[in-house]
Amino acid sequence: MDNDTHPIRLRETDPPAVRFSQVSKHYGDLTVLDSLDLDIAANEIVSIIGPSGSGKTTVLRVLMTLEPIDDGVIYLYGQPLTHMERGGILVQSSDAHLRKMRSDIGMVFQHFNLFPHMTVIENCMEAPVQALGLSKDEARERSMDLLTMVGIADKAGQHPSRLSGGQQQRVAIARALAMRPKVMLFDEVTSALDPEVIGEVLNVIRQLAGEHDLTMIIVTHQMGFAREISDRVCFFYEGRIAEQGPPDQLIGNPQNERTRMFLSAVLDAD
Amino acid sequence: MERYLDFLVEYGPRFVDGTIVTVQQTVLAALLAVAIALVMGLMKLSKLFLVRSVATTYIEIFRGTSLLIQLFWIFFVLPLFGITLEKFTAGFIAVGMNLGAYGAEVVRGAIISVPRGQYEVAIALNLSPYKRMTRIILPQALIAMLPPWGNLFIELLKGTALVALISVTDLMFEARQINGTTFLSAEAFGTALIIYYLLARLLISPSMLALERVMARKMGRTPGG
Repeated sequence: MDNDTHPIRLRETDPPAVRFSQVSKHYGDLTVLDSLDLDIAANEIVSIIGPSGSGKTTVLRVLMTLEPIDDGVIYLYGQPLTHMERGGILVQSSDAHLRKMRSDIGMVFQHFNLFPHMTVIENCMEAPVQALGLSKDEARERSMDLLTMVGIADKAGQHPSRLSGGQQQRVAIARALAMRPKVMLFDEVTSALDPEVIGEVLNVIRQLAGEHDLTMIIVTHQMGFAREISDRVCFFYEGRIAEQGPPDQLIGNPQNERTRMFLSAVLDAD
Repeated sequence: MERYLDFLVEYGPRFVDGTIVTVQQTVLAALLAVAIALVMGLMKLSKLFLVRSVATTYIEIFRGTSLLIQLFWIFFVLPLFGITLEKFTAGFIAVGMNLGAYGAEVVRGAIISVPRGQYEVAIALNLSPYKRMTRIILPQALIAMLPPWGNLFIELLKGTALVALISVTDLMFEARQINGTTFLSAEAFGTALIIYYLLARLLISPSMLALERVMARKMGRTPGG
């Protein structure tokens, strides 16, 4: 399948929510993203699958500006993220520009990364108060609504160390949502969880997909989940998209040899 | 025994005076050491080479040379360059600057011990670099640095004994004076020794332990658990 065809057509006037244009990223000699082109439409749900080292997590990390890219440009709603326009040319973005652009993106991490020195509700209120300037009352109300949505309002006063992994990850999702991002990134959010609590976290993401207008990029090893929730699945191999398409096609009837090998390996393991 | 009680009755008030000065020197030097340690520890983590170099130079000089010589420099040599400090001030500044150099490494080590994920999520939540440090990283680093700080404060208390050598009338100064006039060396230095020990044992250690408990509770952990 041709790398450049996108199953979801974009109107010319509508810039994609996210656009990777010829993006490359290296660690020394290792190329983790290799001239990657990827468009993601607003409200689209895209899952990224692939073997470890294929660059799938790096896609999220560079989009969240946790790591710089070496080449190419990333756009968010038509605006360059990693670069900014100055005098008609694109230059590396300043910290102020990065902070402005970042406010549209939220990310949930594999290891939750809750703040251990704050309670659950304080975890959720921290950024709305400190970064958005909300009053504590507004932030508390917003956070409680989200904690209720993820089904963990009764733990609001607890510290993260008292929560199970699944509960911690649901708090992390609520915390990211409290910033009202337009694009949510999920980085292997169930990989560190015990099998019996994976479902509760996936249910929260399902609910988000169903009820909210969010663009979601999900890096996952849960093939069943990817198939059910995604508008599109991208299979990454060696820093590029080796194959992409609607989930039933890509997971059910992959065309690329690499995709077939990967899927049969993961599905066998399940 | 009776002789020692007589000794205490006679010289007790002077030991009390000396102890008060020692406690003052310790508290002021500790405050200075913490401030210096924080600034130098953060500077050592700077991306800028120049900033890092300043901190490294400071730490190397104050950790690599003798506290006594630093004290003499601050009290006897600085006046030659037009900076004259009162002996009490020179005393706690020298001790504070010296221990601050050790503390800087403690601060640096504690900050880099905070998991990387905490920095990353602070970026993802769009906190400013200043708030990332003050609200997310430093509170967690504080917990890691409390036990080594307990050690440093005890070192600092004992280090203040050197200020007697520039005639600050601290506990050590009084003990030397009493020894000089009475020649009761065992009583004079024995009493000073016990007072230093009790200050460390009854003031510093319990305070640090209490602080550790408070921090553990902030982290949602029960003490000892």
